[in-house]
Amino acid sequence: MWKCCGIDLIVWPQQLVFIIGPLGSGKSTLLRCCNRLEEPTAGSIRVDGIDIMARSTDINAMRRRIGMVFQSFNLYPHMTAFGNVALALTKVLRKSRAEAEKIALAALARVGLAEKARAYPAELSGGQQQRVAIARSLALEPKIMLFDEPTSALDPELVGGVLKVMRELKQSGMTMLVVSHEMRFARDAADRIIFMDHGAIVEEGDPEGIFSKPREPRTRAFIAEIVR
Amino acid sequence: MHSRFLEVFFNWELIQRYFPAILKGVGVTIEIAAAVVITGITIGLMLALARSFRVLPLSALIVLFADIFRALPPLVLVLLVYFGLPNVGINLPSFAVLWLVLSLVLAAFCEEIFWAGLLSIPKGQWEAARSTGLGFLGTLAYVVLPQALRLTVPPITNRTIVITKNTALGMVIGVGEILNQATTAQSFSGNATPLMMGAVAYLILFIPVVVLGRFLESRFGWRRI
Repeated sequence: MWKCCGIDLIVWPQQLVFIIGPLGSGKSTLLRCCNRLEEPTAGSIRVDGIDIMARSTDINAMRRRIGMVFQSFNLYPHMTAFGNVALALTKVLRKSRAEAEKIALAALARVGLAEKARAYPAELSGGQQQRVAIARSLALEPKIMLFDEPTSALDPELVGGVLKVMRELKQSGMTMLVVSHEMRFARDAADRIIFMDHGAIVEEGDPEGIFSKPREPRTRAFIAEIVR
Repeated sequence: MHSRFLEVFFNWELIQRYFPAILKGVGVTIEIAAAVVITGITIGLMLALARSFRVLPLSALIVLFADIFRALPPLVLVLLVYFGLPNVGINLPSFAVLWLVLSLVLAAFCEEIFWAGLLSIPKGQWEAARSTGLGFLGTLAYVVLPQALRLTVPPITNRTIVITKNTALGMVIGVGEILNQATTAQSFSGNATPLMMGAVAYLILFIPVVVLGRFLESRFGWRRI
């Protein structure tokens, strides 16, 4: 059984590529293959010119350059917001304490949570937790960031803050691959939309094309369903 | 009737006479208990960590060890080791036998508790840490284990109390711990007062441990809101 098959996708630097599609269409699987949280059985995935599937590739070294944001935030509950961001800085990048502190606080400031550095995840709202998670990835200065339904677990009033951070990231030139159901965000922030169904790419194009003039009947049906 | 009761259980003269012996027993019990706690918990943790590598033959051996040592009554193990090993030329002092057996029993229980703790940490924690480039060991050491350890403090404390109380088994192989001193004194005096002294000694020893366990339990909850 293939969860995903025959995918051919290029994300250019500084692009925001948005993946949409019905439940079980393989969007998340595709995204999780990009840092090998999911192990592809065949094919090749190149990030920054390096084949992450190659035996000679150090996957841990590559993951430093591939940020990932999860639906359920996955913050470390036993560490403060600051600790969450600083962990990989000190333990993976081997930065000094002072340096890690500077970078971590700057990353938290970028997501608007500098004053929450000493708070534990349980003391933060879902939206704040997700922004800390974004800061945790961002601090490592990734080449690309993967977002796996970053707002799906949030109460509606908390979605805006996370999308605002993502918009700012996009403006700062971050390359982003996003799986999400936030269609309005897709419409005005994405460079390209990929529509997936049954583990394959059905159609891709700019937001205007996908949302206003979808060519494929399946895309049309999906768009009609979600716009309603 | 009333005075007869005091005479049998709280004979002041006997309390004075056997106080030094009981005190000596307390010292021995503390020594064994401390040694068992240190080695038992350490071995248990090492085994649980070894099991997290998921090497099938190794995991199977660990499970086998844990199941056997949890299933057998500690008294059986103590007797088996004490009277069995000399037949194959290994002569361990009774103190060492008690320490070894109780350590392994505690290790078996702790391994299961730590393992359950490690398993209870959501997959997302592993994925988040690994996605930042942290390796398997780094993730285990900085993300998963600290959370698992906090969860396991209450069951580990409880189990440790249960196992360290088994130092009383030292009596049957002649370790001079509290119960041994108390029963010896009892048979010399023909009076239950030394046993009562032993019971009081156990209470004095273990009630603080029980209280400490409760304190650790509340102290280690990090979801403080």
